[in-house]
Amino acid sequence: MAKIKPRVKVPKSVAAGEYFTVKTLINHKMESGQRKDKKTGKKIPRKIINYFEATFNGKPVFSVDIQPAVSSNPFFQFSMKVEEAGKLAFKWVDDDGSVYETAKSIKIG
Amino acid sequence: MNLSRRQALALGGAVVTVSLIPIDFAKAASDATMADIKTFTGGASVAEGGIELTTPEIAENGNTVPISVSAPGAVSIMILADGNPNPGVATFHFSDMAEPSAATRIRLAGTQNVIAVAKMADGSFTQTSRSVKVTIGGCGG
Repeated sequence: MAKIKPRVKVPKSVAAGEYFTVKTLINHKMESGQRKDKKTGKKIPRKIINYFEATFNGKPVFSVDIQPAVSSNPFFQFSMKVEEAGKLAFKWVDDDGSVYETAKSIKIG
Repeated sequence: MNLSRRQALALGGAVVTVSLIPIDFAKAASDATMADIKTFTGGASVAEGGIELTTPEIAENGNTVPISVSAPGAVSIMILADGNPNPGVATFHFSDMAEPSAATRIRLAGTQNVIAVAKMADGSFTQTSRSVKVTIGGCGG
């Protein structure tokens, strides 16, 4: 599989206390466990991202419990507000235990 | 394709039957869906309204159906696809820093109802559902 690379879109600077939009995307096949291998007729085992979490300066903002019915290359969009500058960290957890992480710093102003 | 008159009539009858089914499904959700809702709510009663679910009316491709949901005052929102092999789709959790709204893309196996259940900050629950027509299903294949 292609290397898994998370992508997030966050405004560089925001106004304190005002909602802004965060968009996240990670390339992942999200193998649902329902598909069959056409050659062998066996089910392809499930392998998905099962959890996504966004934290700001270590505090939880938004998280998702994910099931196989979320599309491949899972996309999530949410809105949040902050009162101070800081680091917005993102984490995706794979069925195989791998964790993919990225972070963005947010400025006020 | 060569169809005899008899085959053509049988096919027509099948089409009519299939097109009638969704009307029956519109109200009652499947047992698996009800079980999932019960797990989420802990058996509490679920009200209607106060939650907005946006879906396309017709999805060309069931593999990526864009949906968005928002429910003012919610701490969690669960999304269910009533007609999928497993009805669970995703559950969003919001802290006080996040606005209780989110968007994602989901898989739908066929034409069905998408249900959103929100858990409010005061512990009450509310739900809504939208029907989505799917031209090409998104599971297996």
